[in-house]
Amino acid sequence: MERDLKVALVGNPNSGKSTLFNVLTGLNQKIGNFPGVTVEKKIGFFKLSDQRTVQITDLPGTYSIYPKSRDESIVMDALADKNNPDYPELIIFVADASNLKRNLLLFSQVADLQIPIIIALNMMDLAKQSGIEISVDELAQKLGVQVIPISARKQEGIDRLKEAMQNASTIPLQLPSIEVEALAPEIIQKIQEELHVEHPYVALQMAHQFESMPFLSEEQKKHIQALNWEYDFHSQKLQATETIARYNFINDVLFDTVKIHSDPKSETYSNKIDKILTHKIFGFAIFFAILFLIFQSIFAWSEYPMTLIEDLFMWFTNQATQILPPGLFADLLIDGVLAGLSGVIIFIPQIAILFAFISILEDTGYMARVTFMMDKIMRKVGLSGKSIVPLIGGFACAVPSIMSARNIESWKDRMITIMVTPLIACSARLPVYTLLISLVVPDEKVWGLINMQGIALMFLYVLSIIGAILVAWVMKLIIKSKERGYFIMELPVYRMPRWNNVLLTMYRSVKTFVFEAGKVIIAVSIILWVLSSFGPTNRFEKIEAKYNSESLLQQHSQDELDRMRSSEKLENSYAGILGKSIEPVIKPLGFDWKIGIALITSFAAREVFVGTMATIYSVDADDSEVESVRQKMQSARNSETGLPVFTTAVAFSLMMFYAFAMQCISTIAVVYRETKSWKWPAIQFAYMTALAYLASFIVYNLLK
Amino acid sequence: MKLSQFLPGQTGVIKEFTDLEMSVKLMEMGCLPGESIVVERLAPLGDPMAITVSGYQLSLRKKEASTIIMQ
Repeated sequence: MERDLKVALVGNPNSGKSTLFNVLTGLNQKIGNFPGVTVEKKIGFFKLSDQRTVQITDLPGTYSIYPKSRDESIVMDALADKNNPDYPELIIFVADASNLKRNLLLFSQVADLQIPIIIALNMMDLAKQSGIEISVDELAQKLGVQVIPISARKQEGIDRLKEAMQNASTIPLQLPSIEVEALAPEIIQKIQEELHVEHPYVALQMAHQFESMPFLSEEQKKHIQALNWEYDFHSQKLQATETIARYNFINDVLFDTVKIHSDPKSETYSNKIDKILTHKIFGFAIFFAILFLIFQSIFAWSEYPMTLIEDLFMWFTNQATQILPPGLFADLLIDGVLAGLSGVIIFIPQIAILFAFISILEDTGYMARVTFMMDKIMRKVGLSGKSIVPLIGGFACAVPSIMSARNIESWKDRMITIMVTPLIACSARLPVYTLLISLVVPDEKVWGLINMQGIALMFLYVLSIIGAILVAWVMKLIIKSKERGYFIMELPVYRMPRWNNVLLTMYRSVKTFVFEAGKVIIAVSIILWVLSSFGPTNRFEKIEAKYNSESLLQQHSQDELDRMRSSEKLENSYAGILGKSIEPVIKPLGFDWKIGIALITSFAAREVFVGTMATIYSVDADDSEVESVRQKMQSARNSETGLPVFTTAVAFSLMMFYAFAMQCISTIAVVYRETKSWKWPAIQFAYMTALAYLASFIVYNLLK
Repeated sequence: MKLSQFLPGQTGVIKEFTDLEMSVKLMEMGCLPGESIVVERLAPLGDPMAITVSGYQLSLRKKEASTIIMQ
């Protein structure tokens, strides 16, 4: 879209920045990526009354221009580099009026970068409630910038803000805050001269942050490093001096512009709520009740739309089968593309529901309290308080859960959470477990009450939690991080959720999943289709010849013949050959080549196991007939020894494999998309496969 | 006395910091020398703690609070 004015939104977390962004742009926004980080880049468009189009970028919320995470460094990258595509002509600084002092620290830093700036003074209503009185005109005068009081939630003051943007000057007018040059005079001068930097504060920031500035060349970085040594530049000390100087300036500004009338003894409503929600007993009880509700809803509410999606794809498949001439193209479209597509679309209800809940929990401020309560326990195993949500969501599906790990600021905590979430027993494992348990565990009751099969299933669920905790603990020891772990976190006041923000979050997360992870899922589905429907030509010709002969037709019905043919074709397809070739590797686990094929096809999704078993044992094509698959599997005999294939040892070994192995391309795709590299999905795949192999091996040999 | 030794309900004024790196982070969040602090509560398991500083609530681990020396 063409634009006439490029604007950036800057502000503290919880200052209402995203709300303002949504109010300004509505649905007219694009989600992209900042290079190398995990935060989404939100760009939106809107028109001013003089018909100019504004392009606005929502930069990540931060408390200071000195970044504490890679994500926060986006702000500096965008504002310090004139060649950056996000470098704005105007900054809208969103400040929380009820917490002006801390908000103005970032403002004074950003203002010194000498970009025209306007303050949108948000949450004026909240400030008034807490007895804070701000004389807006005086504040504007002292800072030298336009200050527009708004309420993003109530959509008040938005027109005035647009008007201010329209009238904004093209040159920075903000008054100087602190004497930047006095902080490190020589080095600032040198960098300004030698690297042709216009503004002293940009030069100072280069001395501080040159290592992480992508727009500096290696040569320039070396040069700054040399200057730092020459002038004995101590980054942290200077940062401390600067922060104190800035707060002195802010205190001066606020001294006669802000009056606080509140009675300090009166307790805020947030505090009252906290007394219950972070109570020793009620706190945890309420938290688990909320988790239970989320967990239930993901299952219960998604059931209907998921069935609808399944039916829809069934209908599509039927239509396609009827309309398209039978052949390769139809097979590719139906078994490859359509199957892959349904594997993507089917996750949408669960993703939407989980993200709706997460967005409500975030919005109300409750998530910060969960982190507060759980931090001590989770820290012991290398996770953060915020890991609890992805882990619990993992019982439904790892895909949306891994996406929700975005809320974890610490890089290391987030990586460990992403790495262990797929170990949690997700809903796709359930059909596999049910089939195998019903095969080997008797449907009997112990002491007349406890169902044996139920115990077996519960054991698998508990095992998944123990597995995740143990792996997290090991990873905590292995993963190195330069970040020093800390937990200095704002506890925002409780607020009502913004419902259109909830809807937007649902929409955005679904869109991201469908377009980013969807690509990989469909590609792999097509590869799997090719592997299982093609084989060496001579083998396939032989099968065709065999089944076209007259003698077989007399012995069997046409349906039976078709099933036998597809079973034999699968056996001789590349997937089948692959299954046979991995047989020596999986033999110690008690698996034969038929199970090998199922393991390979299960990479599309775990529940495919049941369907593949059906095809291999040439059951009626209807996959849902678990009962008939079970009977066939029960009567399956080893062709050499004549003993049953699915003994207790084999079934449990197989369950162990499904419990630990990374058999889900959707998860691999989403881990790739969230970590922006193939390294993490590769490590995850490797460790989970190793763990699965080991667990299966031990269980098989113990039960054999 | 360190902030980590304060009990819920206690108030005090920040004197200085013992850790430069942590002090920079704390100051950015409004914890400056001379600023007064109210300890609001401890998490149910005793750590981290929640404090009110310059008009808002902040949570920090006891380990971090031990770098803040109070007057």
